[in-house]
Amino acid sequence: MSSAQPAITVADLHKFYDQYEAVGGVSFEVAEGEIFGLLGPHGAGKTTTVEILEGYRDSSSGSVSVLGFNPAERARALRERVGIVLQSSGMYRHVRVREAVTHWAGLYPHPRNVDEVLGIVGLDDEAQAAALVRTLSGGQQRRLDLALALIGDPDLIFLDEPTTGFDPAARRSAWSTVKRLRELGKTVLLTTHYLEEAQELCDRVAIIKNGKILAEGPPSTLSEASARYRVSWRDQSGELVSEEVDDPTELLHRLTGEAIAHGQQLEDCSVVRPSLEDVYLELTADEASEVQQ
Amino acid sequence: MSDAALAWRQYRLERKMFWRNPTAAFFSFVLPLIFLFLFGAVFSGSQASLNVLVPGIAGLSVMATTFNALATQMSFLREQGVLKRVRGTPLPGTSSLSGIIGSAATNAVIQILVIIVAGKLFFGLGWPKDWIELAVFTVLGVACFASMGVAFSHVIPNFEAAPAYTNLVFLPMIFISGVFFDVDNVPTFLRDIANALPLVHVINGISAALVTGASIADHLSDLAVVAVWTLACVILAVRGFSWSARD
Repeated sequence: MSSAQPAITVADLHKFYDQYEAVGGVSFEVAEGEIFGLLGPHGAGKTTTVEILEGYRDSSSGSVSVLGFNPAERARALRERVGIVLQSSGMYRHVRVREAVTHWAGLYPHPRNVDEVLGIVGLDDEAQAAALVRTLSGGQQRRLDLALALIGDPDLIFLDEPTTGFDPAARRSAWSTVKRLRELGKTVLLTTHYLEEAQELCDRVAIIKNGKILAEGPPSTLSEASARYRVSWRDQSGELVSEEVDDPTELLHRLTGEAIAHGQQLEDCSVVRPSLEDVYLELTADEASEVQQ
Repeated sequence: MSDAALAWRQYRLERKMFWRNPTAAFFSFVLPLIFLFLFGAVFSGSQASLNVLVPGIAGLSVMATTFNALATQMSFLREQGVLKRVRGTPLPGTSSLSGIIGSAATNAVIQILVIIVAGKLFFGLGWPKDWIELAVFTVLGVACFASMGVAFSHVIPNFEAAPAYTNLVFLPMIFISGVFFDVDNVPTFLRDIANALPLVHVINGISAALVTGASIADHLSDLAVVAVWTLACVILAVRGFSWSARD
């Protein structure tokens, strides 16, 4: 396969459940070696999209290609090259961690070394590796999920909300594991509703809501896209006012000039550029207000 | 690795995990033996009753180790998302299921052997009179109740409900199918129901092999009923099969 060919191509993907359109015309590409994020609120269509790419669901229309395969055909050759971390999935209760990873290794033609993979996900402590799966904490089970996805040495890894429910320390540690996947040259498609996670991990992000992609690009350019400056200050009546401008130079000159002319201080003055968070909140505003209700 | 080698791998893992699950081991092995020795003590004065009880418990064990165990296990694997996870790997579904069903079949065979030995040592039965007949009815019984268990797991709404649902089928079936007493003493309408179900025919076949010594040729109708049930259950199990819980 030439390196120019994208690892994943999605073109005008639609998915209906009866009348409800879960995915409404989504298109994106993921390059080889890239970490691509689908960012959006709950119910945005992230998991449906990913599960179509994983071969769990059929699409209603549109085309998808994963490593050159149509995932709906569920070719074994494709499954040998893909690692999947589902949003939630259980495990045999009476198996030990190392046993499980060793068993999984046997399912793939060219597996990685079991101890190496346990090391990558941070389950290499002897007590952890020998523990029964049902005794693991939530975070440890998530590490095992990742170990089982990595053991086949896949080219492409799907991570569906890999850190949902993690405390901040566990999230940091999971992030460093995902960054190691980048060092290993893996292609990663991850979904998240944590903006910070997308910003931290992803080369490119697509913001998705109600089954449609609202914005797409590297996290830094997404915030530049609506890169107006917001200038706020307290006016003479003591009220906090703000104005959005493309270039704040003139406005600031006028404000400071007036303040000096009146012999007053320019109180609570700030100049900020929108963060990715602002873009995200703006784009997904309806959802946010629904959550508040 | 070939599909058969992968099935063998899954089988070995299933065996390992089975012995770590005391609840499953209890219901598959200990409970039928408790029944055998309890009722065996009650009927100890009557060899005729013991001749009914031992093949009956053997039939019960075939059902418990396959139908009960697989209906429960499959609903757990499905609801917990283990099946879905496995579906994302290169492991073929047939290999994974073969390993799981093979493990249940192993329990059935071990249990039958234990009951034969107990029958010989404690309950006045000799060694089986027809090993081939015993094997035929055991294998067919396992196939029938294993596929029934996989098919029935789709009816079970969630894992917590699994014991209640399986017992709803299992308990009435063992009571009317002559596990503990001769079916001839049962009211006609119940006997008709029992005769339409497979368990009584599996027990008839095992009884012929263990006790009466009647040949397979004398039990072709029993064989036919179990075969029809097996076919129906295999079709239901395959057609209804789902890899993940309904959402």
